[in-house]
Amino acid sequence: MAGVVVFVISTVIVLAGALGVILYRNPVHAALSLIASFFGVAIMFISQGAHFLALVQIVVYGGAIVVLFLFVIMLLGVDREEDISEEPFEGQRVSALLSGVMIFAMLMGGIFLSGRTGDEAGDYGQAAITGSTGQVVPLTEEEDVVQLGHDLFTRNILAFEATGLLLTIATVGAVVLVRNRGAEDLVVDEPGTASR
Amino acid sequence: MIVTETWYLVVSALLFSIGATGLLVRRNPLIMFMCVELMLNAVNISFVAFSTALRDLAGQTAVFFVLVVAAAEVVVGLSIVVAVMRRRPSATVDDLAELKG
Repeated sequence: MAGVVVFVISTVIVLAGALGVILYRNPVHAALSLIASFFGVAIMFISQGAHFLALVQIVVYGGAIVVLFLFVIMLLGVDREEDISEEPFEGQRVSALLSGVMIFAMLMGGIFLSGRTGDEAGDYGQAAITGSTGQVVPLTEEEDVVQLGHDLFTRNILAFEATGLLLTIATVGAVVLVRNRGAEDLVVDEPGTASR
Repeated sequence: MIVTETWYLVVSALLFSIGATGLLVRRNPLIMFMCVELMLNAVNISFVAFSTALRDLAGQTAVFFVLVVAAAEVVVGLSIVVAVMRRRPSATVDDLAELKG
């Protein structure tokens, strides 16, 4: 019963935060309700036993990514209210809403019409998940951070190193993209030349 | 009453739909990025739900990689937004159609 209560609370937080993101006119408010949504997702992770992922969710999403969003909003000075009363083109809202409802209907169809739930998924679900490697890494009662670390540094070591490379490329790319190309033309205040 | 993974999948579907709708409705590139993050989170919820239901760790490992890729995506995406917004401060995504043939 307690599980149901936690589930309902976290669902309300997640969905209210998500609705806040798309309904608030001020980007700062949208970013703050994005944090609420991420915290709700973290609660869901904890209630499913994925404690390490919940922690990473809060640190990476709630900490790093949203702060980056807020930083860019402040840097660009776009924290003014956005006029969302008029549509960019006629019927955009309606068709977007319709697409959203259709996506939801499609996903619900996939969940409920597939005819199999996780309780009876058995080998069918396992085969779908393990894919080419063909071996299941069972989730045991051990601490999930231990299991995750072991899986990450043995079976997925290549993917792990690839993400390291990806992060390096992303960092370099960000620096290259925002570098001010006109900077060489600026007169630099060097000591001794400034007072000239 | 026990919370099964189907409940989580329904929430995940709802969150994904909200994110997709927001991506289509909003024209501010920053808000659109936030909606992409919402959709990624929806997928993460279902990954963890399946991982718990099938007692397979692979789902949680996938979430870990999604997190890293999302972080890299946000960094590069936001720096593109900064580079564009510097030139034209009030740009929406509809104004960025210069490469249109």
